[in-house]
Amino acid sequence: MSIDNDPMAEIRASYFVECEELLEALQDGLQSIEDGADDVETINVVFRAVHSIKGGAGAFGLDALVRFAHRYETVLDEVRSDRLEIGPRTLKVFFQAADHLSDLVRASRDDAPLPEAETGALLAALDEFLGDAKEPEEEIDFQPMGMSLDLGLEDEEAVPAAEVPDLDDLPPPPPMEPSPTAGIWQIHFAPTAELFETGNEAAILLRNLGELGKMQVTCNLAGLPPLAQLQPEIPHLSWDITLETEAHGREIASIFEFVEGQCLLEIIAWEGTDNGGDVSRAPAESKPAPEVPPSLARAEKPAEAAQPVEEATASAPAAVSGDKGGTARANKQATAAAKSVVRVDLDRIERLVNLVGELVINQAMLSQSLERSGLSSHSDAMNELEEFQRLTRDIQDSVMMIRAQPVKSLFQRMARIVREASSAVGKDVRLQTSGEATEVDKTVIERLADPLTHMIRNAVDHGLESLEDRLVAGKPEQGRITLTAAHRSGRVVIEVSDDGAGINRPKVRQIAVDKGLIPADANLSDSEIDNLLFLPGFSTVSVVSDLSGRGVGMDVVRTAIQALGGRISITSTPGKGTLFSISLPLTLAVLDGMVIEVAGETLVLPLNLVVETLTLDDREVEMVRPGSHVIEVRSGFVPLFDLGAALGYRPPLEKFDNTVVLLIAHEDGSQTGLAIDNILDQRQVVIKGLDDSFYRAPGIAAATILGDGQIALILDPSDIIQSAVRATPRTVTKDEIGVPA
Amino acid sequence: MNDPQTGAIELLTFRLAQQEYALNIMCVREIRGWTQATPLPHAPNYMKGVINLRGTVLPVMDLGHRLNLPEQSETERNVIIVVKYGETMMGLLVDAVSDIVQLTSDDLQPPPEAVTSAAESVVQSLTLIDERMIRVLDLSATIDIPESTAA
Repeated sequence: MSIDNDPMAEIRASYFVECEELLEALQDGLQSIEDGADDVETINVVFRAVHSIKGGAGAFGLDALVRFAHRYETVLDEVRSDRLEIGPRTLKVFFQAADHLSDLVRASRDDAPLPEAETGALLAALDEFLGDAKEPEEEIDFQPMGMSLDLGLEDEEAVPAAEVPDLDDLPPPPPMEPSPTAGIWQIHFAPTAELFETGNEAAILLRNLGELGKMQVTCNLAGLPPLAQLQPEIPHLSWDITLETEAHGREIASIFEFVEGQCLLEIIAWEGTDNGGDVSRAPAESKPAPEVPPSLARAEKPAEAAQPVEEATASAPAAVSGDKGGTARANKQATAAAKSVVRVDLDRIERLVNLVGELVINQAMLSQSLERSGLSSHSDAMNELEEFQRLTRDIQDSVMMIRAQPVKSLFQRMARIVREASSAVGKDVRLQTSGEATEVDKTVIERLADPLTHMIRNAVDHGLESLEDRLVAGKPEQGRITLTAAHRSGRVVIEVSDDGAGINRPKVRQIAVDKGLIPADANLSDSEIDNLLFLPGFSTVSVVSDLSGRGVGMDVVRTAIQALGGRISITSTPGKGTLFSISLPLTLAVLDGMVIEVAGETLVLPLNLVVETLTLDDREVEMVRPGSHVIEVRSGFVPLFDLGAALGYRPPLEKFDNTVVLLIAHEDGSQTGLAIDNILDQRQVVIKGLDDSFYRAPGIAAATILGDGQIALILDPSDIIQSAVRATPRTVTKDEIGVPA
Repeated sequence: MNDPQTGAIELLTFRLAQQEYALNIMCVREIRGWTQATPLPHAPNYMKGVINLRGTVLPVMDLGHRLNLPEQSETERNVIIVVKYGETMMGLLVDAVSDIVQLTSDDLQPPPEAVTSAAESVVQSLTLIDERMIRVLDLSATIDIPESTAA
């Protein structure tokens, strides 16, 4: 088979997409083994993942991948057949092998040079577990197998989709143990050309069959000619199905009701299976059936075909991550009954997102012009506009859901970083993750990978102490790094923490002084010292190498997070560890905003941050010192910021009588009052990125286009307040510390 | 048309504080009438703000301010030249657009070395058209992308 051939290239691409899923299942399985799962099914999941990758690789002639996967699989098989016990050492090699397998998959996909030295080392490591049970080499040379593709594949001219055939997985009597009421059926199904001509689809039949119970499908490719001689009109495939079901023979036969006479069908009950008296045990018997009018058969087709489509792409992450703990049947047979998935080019989704953004702006313009034309709010047009708004919002939510993905894949990558970094520095580190199902915009996930990698490496390298120091401090030998994700007040919060020694503040301060970043007599609080790490110019590799704190390029990390509209904060307790907290917007595209007016400018504030709105009376405002005020809210004091002054739009207010104040909630639970002039509206706005390559305005997260075509800036209140606090003239150095890169 | 073979260069000339300037027309995307820009807080005075360019947010620079030229009153004839530099788009506010001229590279002279004012350091070359001196701007030096973006 030639890889350069176009249809093959498509199938090949689809194989690599599938590999990603299999690799994820593999990681998952290994992780749950590490977490203590020792059931057979988990090991089977791991085994099948490797096996399926090998199967596809064989079909595409990816020899290096096949060879490695085969050895890996052989060792896993030893575990499966209880000849090899899983211990910490085995597991370590298994993880490394899984990492390497994904390297090989990616290298094969990109036609990149293969890391052969590593392959050799890992093969040797795997061989150690095989001992005498080492297999003869020639077993590697197996027949190419069909790989599992989406069953939704409807193009009959493509090589028919075959379920991953676990050929050597199928011992003569099926390994499945029938439940008391279930029977096991052996079904042979070979469609003729007529079946396809009448618009039937083998995949749908197989899927329906899979709904009856547990099914193992083997695709028989013996009749498949080389691609050059392939005649698309003639079916070449047949399937052998082992089905464990409580259904009667009658029900099984009924699935094939519409294709009777258009295929070769054998349904055989295994020993001990109650065949319901309908289907003979004789292998040769093909049950003749009443002729079905072709029109009826055709009528059935659209309804069936519609089925895979109605499960929206949004369910894709769910389907992938559904195999939690590896106990679910990760094998592709099971997906026949599971949600179906459509793979869509990201560009198309981007276009859709942009179009929806335009739709929202357009709708805002329409509603403004309707209002201007003096229509009563009870008029038909206004009512319909409301309905239109609701629909727009629904569309928007759905589109955003398509882009949302669980952070799981990102966390798995981080697990690998921890493994590699910890073995590089010779530390024993365990990564604990939680909240992997938290969904975040795909772009955010992609752009988070680099900063997070940086932070994890830092935590391993600098955050955790050396083994000796840990023992002295009375800590367990194994260092712990925790990675969590959670939704909190409309944002996603990702935290990286370690149980290391915390930041060495005197040292950090000294370095900042040495590098001329702060004057030697600067009086800094603990958190201000911690934040020195984010200063550009603080960290260069040469400094950090003899620094027991951290700081490799943390300014780069912060810049990357800020570019995503996020914030990063640092909390450190000496002797206990360090916590980095990243807070990100859920989506990069749409925002529920409050439209406000300050000093003649229209601005937008994220609505989810506004807890309360107040109109002030001068008596409620207390001056702490000139330029710094607090307001009394329910017998508590909240600092008050004059937004117009903070943005430099006007001189600070002298009097706050009748000023409108928005109470803003921060991630740490504290509140701040923002003095503004007026609240104009509440509406959804489309976030437009600000090109900040020329100038990054403090406190401004993005911009949006209002109904009148004017641009309004979207505020990031926490950032404004921080810059306002920095700007208060205490020492000049404070001012410098906070200035972002 | 910029033809390396013949050295032909096409320039867009425009006026700023009674002086004539020019940009290579290959970096000019469009010319728009003046619209009110939304100011950015704490921005340097040459950052005029941002405007809506058919759905994208376009930063606008006041070129007169950038070159430290005397302040001109805003008039109806003020225009924004939309330029593209690398991947970024930007608007340059100028007093008025005058003409499109075709020259060859031989017509361009380097500015005299002695001149080092802010206005002149962004001038790539000088040329004479109808006895008027035209200052050809170096776009990258003019919009001066700060280092921080490379981080």
